[in-house]
Amino acid sequence: MSVREVSLKQITKVVSDMVIDANYNLPDDVRDALEKMHKEEESDLCKSIIEDIIKNANIARDKQKPICQDTGMAVFFVELGQDVHLVDGSLQEAFDEGVRDGYKRGYLRKGTQEYAVGERVNRGDNTPAIVHVEIVPGDKVKITACPKGFGSENMSKLAMLTPSVGWEGVKKFIIDTVRDAGPNPCPPIIVGVGIGGTMEVVAYNAKKALIRKTNERSKDPKIALLEEELLEEINKLGIGAQGFGGTRTALAVHIISHPTHIAGMAVCVNINCHVARHKTVII
Amino acid sequence: MQDRIINLPLTNEIIKELHSGDRVILNGTIYTGRDEAHEKLCDMLKNKEKLPVDLNGQVIYYVGPCPAKPGEVIGSCGPTTSGRMDKYAPTIMEQMGLKGMIGKGKRNEEVKEAMKKNICVYFAAIGGAGAMISNCIKEAEVIAFPELGPEAIYKLKVEDLPLTVINDCYGNDLYKDGISKYQQ
Repeated sequence: MSVREVSLKQITKVVSDMVIDANYNLPDDVRDALEKMHKEEESDLCKSIIEDIIKNANIARDKQKPICQDTGMAVFFVELGQDVHLVDGSLQEAFDEGVRDGYKRGYLRKGTQEYAVGERVNRGDNTPAIVHVEIVPGDKVKITACPKGFGSENMSKLAMLTPSVGWEGVKKFIIDTVRDAGPNPCPPIIVGVGIGGTMEVVAYNAKKALIRKTNERSKDPKIALLEEELLEEINKLGIGAQGFGGTRTALAVHIISHPTHIAGMAVCVNINCHVARHKTVII
Repeated sequence: MQDRIINLPLTNEIIKELHSGDRVILNGTIYTGRDEAHEKLCDMLKNKEKLPVDLNGQVIYYVGPCPAKPGEVIGSCGPTTSGRMDKYAPTIMEQMGLKGMIGKGKRNEEVKEAMKKNICVYFAAIGGAGAMISNCIKEAEVIAFPELGPEAIYKLKVEDLPLTVINDCYGNDLYKDGISKYQQ
């Protein structure tokens, strides 16, 4: 079995380009979902807001500037082939250097603080990158950048429910989370849901669910049905674009389910605003 | 319905004519500020220090812009979540004479009460539309707390800034009324 060498210097360059691309260019699947929503929305006020949101994405693309001023914490999902040997440095440093360079070069806002509590000193370079790595078969490195704004991140919630509450209890928690968030996460939103596993796994899966394309349902038919049921019920909440009141609130609901303990019923909701940035590069 | 054009400064007469759900187009001078700037202003007020900006009769925009590219007035600059400023907003209305706020998201009951008492209006700009909004900013100048970077207080000259009235001075709230209209 041969091992493929991949230079971390190359990864730094890819990361730097990706954070700029992700912040300037709205993914096609999100744009399509917004156009579909515009057709379906019944409120004239929300329709005009969705028009402005699409216009904003066009301006960002044409002028090559950030879609939203909250250019996010730099989150990455990496699928690292087990036949890859990374050379020329450390993985975390390579990602940090890519973030540092991309956020500077792209005139992106630097928004990370050294400590969450105490004096809030801006680090000035948007590091550290948050890098989630999964080891997979093969000799490729797949990197997905998903810079995450905190208007929507702050509206996310996790609960360790009991199995007796069943799907109805889980559904209630998810719907209540979206209802309580109301206008704050900048709807239209994408709702990422983790169900099952342990406390950290359910949060990881809720985040990971957000990088799926809006037009893709879960490959598990049982879960895909739950996604459709949730989307319908969320739209019935009447929140609408920007929370101004309308018939369409969510562009998509994505669930990742994980086997869990016989005593467990973990659920986590991670909300993304309409600036749902995700870009993937395979090296 | 035609959007209403408002040329700043706001007066009590103009504010009393605005109702939640109205779409307006704003022209004139506004000031930016978010968490850190609000905290500093309120601390200075408490310590009876001279404030670096006179907010009497003015409008504040909750925003932390991206850096401007060469040749640009300002980088992308959409609204941030207003609720984080709820702790300071009543003081700024009552003691500094603030008349308008621009942001996005819910305000608490104390802020809404202070808005009624002080005749003030809360507008939403479109959250996530930072690139479009930057086109409406014709001049930008840092006038206080430059050390705060994106959290500094900027004086902005805006033209044709599209906004929606969320909370008017009568206690109405679009986030409640709009949503209950479409809730099934």
